[in-house]
Amino acid sequence: MAGRVLLIEDESNIAEAIRFILSRDGCEVEVEHDGRAGFARLAEGLPDVLILDLMLPGMSGLEILTALRADPRSADLPVLMLTAKGQGRDREAAERAGVSAFMSKPFANAEMRARVRALMGLDA
Amino acid sequence: MPFDILVLTCLAYVIFLFLVAFAVERRAGQGAMGFLRSPVVYTLSLSIYCTAWTFYGAVGYAARSGIEYLTIYIGPTLVFVGWWWVLRKLVRIGRQQRVTSIADLISSRFGKSNLLGVMVTVIAVVAATPYIALQLQSVTLSFAVFASDAPAGWALPNRDATAVWVAGGLALFTILFGTRKLDAKEQHHGIVMAIAVEAVVKLVALVAVGVWVVWGLAGGPAAVVARISAMDNPDWALQPGRWFGLTALAAAAVITLPRMFQVLVVENVNERHLARASWAFPLYLFGMSLFILPIALIGLERMPADSNPDMMVLTLPLSEGQGTLAMLAFLGGFSSATSMVIVETVALATMLSNHVVMPLWLRLRPLAAMSGDLRGGILLARRLSIVGVLGLGLAYYRLSGGTVALASIGLIAFAGMAQVLPAMLGGIFWRGATKAGAVAGLATGFAAWGWTLFLPSFGQDVLIPASVFAEGPFGIGWLRPQALFGTGTMDPLLHSIFWSCALNSAAFCAGSILTFPDPVERIQGAAFVNAFDREAQAERLGWTHGQAEPEALLNLAQRILGEEALTFFEAEARAQGKEGYLPDLTPAFLAELERRLAGSVGAATAHAMISQLFGRATVTVEDLMAVANEAAQIMESSARLEAKQQELTITARQLREVNEKLTQLSVQKDAFLSQISHELRTPMTSIRAFSEILTEGDLPPAMVADYGRIIHDEAKRLTRLLDDLLDLSVLENGTVQLNLDLAHLGQMLDRAEAAASQTRPGRAFRVERDVTGEEVYLRTDSDRLVQVFINLISNARKYCDADPAVLRVVVRLKAGRVSIDFIDNGKGIPKDKQGLIFEKFSRLTDLSRAGGAGLGLAICREIMANLGGTVAYLPGQRGAAFRVTLPLRLEKQVA
Repeated sequence: MAGRVLLIEDESNIAEAIRFILSRDGCEVEVEHDGRAGFARLAEGLPDVLILDLMLPGMSGLEILTALRADPRSADLPVLMLTAKGQGRDREAAERAGVSAFMSKPFANAEMRARVRALMGLDA
Repeated sequence: MPFDILVLTCLAYVIFLFLVAFAVERRAGQGAMGFLRSPVVYTLSLSIYCTAWTFYGAVGYAARSGIEYLTIYIGPTLVFVGWWWVLRKLVRIGRQQRVTSIADLISSRFGKSNLLGVMVTVIAVVAATPYIALQLQSVTLSFAVFASDAPAGWALPNRDATAVWVAGGLALFTILFGTRKLDAKEQHHGIVMAIAVEAVVKLVALVAVGVWVVWGLAGGPAAVVARISAMDNPDWALQPGRWFGLTALAAAAVITLPRMFQVLVVENVNERHLARASWAFPLYLFGMSLFILPIALIGLERMPADSNPDMMVLTLPLSEGQGTLAMLAFLGGFSSATSMVIVETVALATMLSNHVVMPLWLRLRPLAAMSGDLRGGILLARRLSIVGVLGLGLAYYRLSGGTVALASIGLIAFAGMAQVLPAMLGGIFWRGATKAGAVAGLATGFAAWGWTLFLPSFGQDVLIPASVFAEGPFGIGWLRPQALFGTGTMDPLLHSIFWSCALNSAAFCAGSILTFPDPVERIQGAAFVNAFDREAQAERLGWTHGQAEPEALLNLAQRILGEEALTFFEAEARAQGKEGYLPDLTPAFLAELERRLAGSVGAATAHAMISQLFGRATVTVEDLMAVANEAAQIMESSARLEAKQQELTITARQLREVNEKLTQLSVQKDAFLSQISHELRTPMTSIRAFSEILTEGDLPPAMVADYGRIIHDEAKRLTRLLDDLLDLSVLENGTVQLNLDLAHLGQMLDRAEAAASQTRPGRAFRVERDVTGEEVYLRTDSDRLVQVFINLISNARKYCDADPAVLRVVVRLKAGRVSIDFIDNGKGIPKDKQGLIFEKFSRLTDLSRAGGAGLGLAICREIMANLGGTVAYLPGQRGAAFRVTLPLRLEKQVA
């Protein structure tokens, strides 16, 4: 699996875990800890898959997603949303905003791999 | 004139009277009264004013004092001619209020006061007793006059025995016809008819004697007039004062004497009879008085000087051998005496039984009152009263020995009963008259009359010692019985009349003005004073001749009944077979309308409203009182409703507040749970992910060590979070156990500084402290207070962005409290965030380096609340500044 993944996650330990899991699978993972910085990075160029935490400092995951979907260039960008809140309300909000996949924390590493692969159009 | 014939005639006459009374009672029982209750009978019954005193005594009076006797006739004449409207009002009130006696009238007018009933009864009995004795005396005397002719076979009864026989016979007659039945209105048709018959006998007898004297003895009217002109008796001189006083007294007597009130008011069956009586009765009096002076004149001429002038009507014909005429005169006198005694006894017995005997009996035997029929008891009381009254009269007669001149006894009785006049007239013409006034007036008048006239009448040294007459009681000169307030030069009778009436009226007016009538008195006062208005209104009650417009009524009804009014009017119109919605104002319709209005506004108000629309109605005081009563009830219930509504509003608001609070709590709880979930899941995510990575193996040892440390850190973070949550929960619930001891502030700050040094141990951080200011001992939970200090110092270590970071700790003492400020040299906390920092999970940065769950300051706040102090952000400093304040001594655990 060779693809570019942008991960926007404020919890550095979690970001490191995801980076390790996906890198081992062959992905090129870039990490941003701040919402605004992450959104700026997206403007420079779109990744193959965007992994977005819901609660972020600076700009929330939902705000970033809404902005992306509003832009035709990024309307189809595969976006995997993560949240630790684990409430149905957040999931619905994310789906309305046009999320591609949704995962609650904590997650199984294998599931994370499978979701990212699926979003890249690869078999699990 | 043989004595036995006299006795037989007398008996026959009495039997005749019995038969008349009996027949009338029977016809009355069958409801066929006809002429028996005509104006003529009414007028004749009024003639009981003329008693034996008038029949025999007037001649004696004329013989002694000339034409002064006329005042006794002029007074009543003036009342019937000039005051007939007063009489009419009395009669009207008597019928409306079902008055049974003059005592009842006074009692009823002044709030149905039995005290007044008793007072009037006592006055009446005291005044009437000598008067009844007088009648017995005259009958006895007239018998004695014939005694000289008694045949040998007849054992002439002595005088006392005669009196007893007469009294017994009268008692029997009175009981037979006065207590035959009980009626709310005490009317005795048989008695009235009997006395009407006796009235005719009286007049015929006196006129017959008079005609015989004028034409038979004196030789015609002209001769009599000539003799009167020739008279020159100094006793006959006119005394204007006495004339005026006696006329007024007789006028008062004719309406206040119990027997007069009985026939005038109680026995009146038709108010219109009064119109006839107003001229016919004066005419009767004229007939009775016409021949008095001639008889007296001729009697004085022809009779021996020592003969009793009071018996001249009888002795003059006897001495001239006119046996039949004497018999007629005897029957006239007999009639006068008996009719007076019978009616007076009935009237007094009614008063006595109604106001004295029955109340007493009911008080002594309250159970008897419960057990239903009192008729037997009342009749018995009345019969005993009759016997009692006659017994009193008899006793008085025997006590006084029958020596006092007839005329003076009559005048004493007149003056006694006149004491009722102020209360009576005041009662029917003055709304302001009160019970207290009536009691005061009657008591004062009665006392004055008793002291100045009644007691002295027995003679000096009989009841009042002569010394009192001369010097007054206890030597008080101005209280001398016949010289009250030093007015000794007045005629004793006039003196008594003047003072008793003046004091009576003054006390009555003063008492009435100074006191306020109670509700019953006010109602009765209005009913008495407005007796005629009430009648007029009562006639309108049927609504038969209304003038109201149907539209006006509909208007009124709609205002009160709303839509229902129109429906009702339409239905009524349809029922009457009329088009539209305006029915004819039939009595039935109006009654129904009033009933419906009454359902909404009360009966009195409804009546007053319709009365108003009918234009002619005067709303009476009773109406107004009833309206006010209803209004008060409506206001009260509306006030109750208002209060209830207010209560409901308050309850609703409280419920809304509780609901809002619950909703808020629910939202807060959701947010809190969501926060906790986030705070728990975040470290668990790292732990899970890294532990999976570690179990998968083939990692370089350095990474294993790194990832192992991360797992450890996150596990610690999780533990700390759970500790904080539990701590917060305990603190918030107020179930925290405080360990109070005495602690040194400086030492506590030392401990906190040391513990906080674990946080970001590497960074450049300095704490500036004022050691002397910290020389304070606090009584508090030192571990908890240190926890707060650690938190504040750690926060400064974590978040102060200055380099090197400096935290100043300033201690101040003020009014038993100590404040400790923690001020760092960083940028401080933005204004908009200052209000949030003490809330749970409110980290200003989301960086995990803070290492806390955002519960630190929330916990500090709860601890300080438990310690009786506060922790607050201190704005306006350079850097972030917090102030902790707490009492020097925490006396007890703060809940």
